[in-house]
Amino acid sequence: MSNAAVKGELKAALKVPKELVRRIEAHGEETYPYECCGAILGREREGAGAAREVVDLMPLENRRNDSPRNRFEVTPDDVRMAEKAAREKKIDLIGWYHSHPDCAAVPSEFDRDHAWPWYSYIIVSVEQRKARDMRSWRLQDDRAAYDVERIEAAES
Amino acid sequence: MGVKVMIPTPLRPYAGRQESVDLKAGTVAEALAALTGQYGDLRKHLYSDDGKLRSFVNVYVNDEDIRYLQKDRTPLKDGDTISIVPSIAGGGRQ
Repeated sequence: MSNAAVKGELKAALKVPKELVRRIEAHGEETYPYECCGAILGREREGAGAAREVVDLMPLENRRNDSPRNRFEVTPDDVRMAEKAAREKKIDLIGWYHSHPDCAAVPSEFDRDHAWPWYSYIIVSVEQRKARDMRSWRLQDDRAAYDVERIEAAES
Repeated sequence: MGVKVMIPTPLRPYAGRQESVDLKAGTVAEALAALTGQYGDLRKHLYSDDGKLRSFVNVYVNDEDIRYLQKDRTPLKDGDTISIVPSIAGGGRQ
């Protein structure tokens, strides 16, 4: 399947503590050659050009047992659980991460078809069980293309 | 029937930035029609081009998935809460 269209780059970066970057990489390496997935909890800073900040991650089980090498799925019940966890921590569910085993960290057409705007979608490419590249993407309002959201790895 | 539709955070920009919308509807189908009638920008994120609810968009009445009730014909009673919950899917190469 082809990659989804990429339009531009958002001005605001996604701040991710280095320890959490490492946790996403480790999750992708651990489930290789299958895709990993999880929820991203954090907060949205108000104001123009302000950064979104990742505070915590919730690793989830990939429910796509039929095709886990190139697909992942989080059930609505798991989504509700992640929303509840965010509420309890007084932060927001700001996005989702998943891995692309032996495939670039670029959203596919399948990803685009199943995405909503606003969420940050972090993709980590994992080649031969080694995490290589991590990028974050946001779907545009008209659903036609993604913008790159620069990841700013922050000291924890 | 007066019901409340909870708007998930990603869709709030298309629903007047509200967390929930109160409206009157007798079934889930009527509630969604009323919601998207009021906030037309929501439509493309809930429905695909053929007018069907997107495969990853799930609707709950109180704590029950309408798939296990009467789908969009599920009747509503006063005070019911409708939640729109995505399932998250995606993945790499074909």
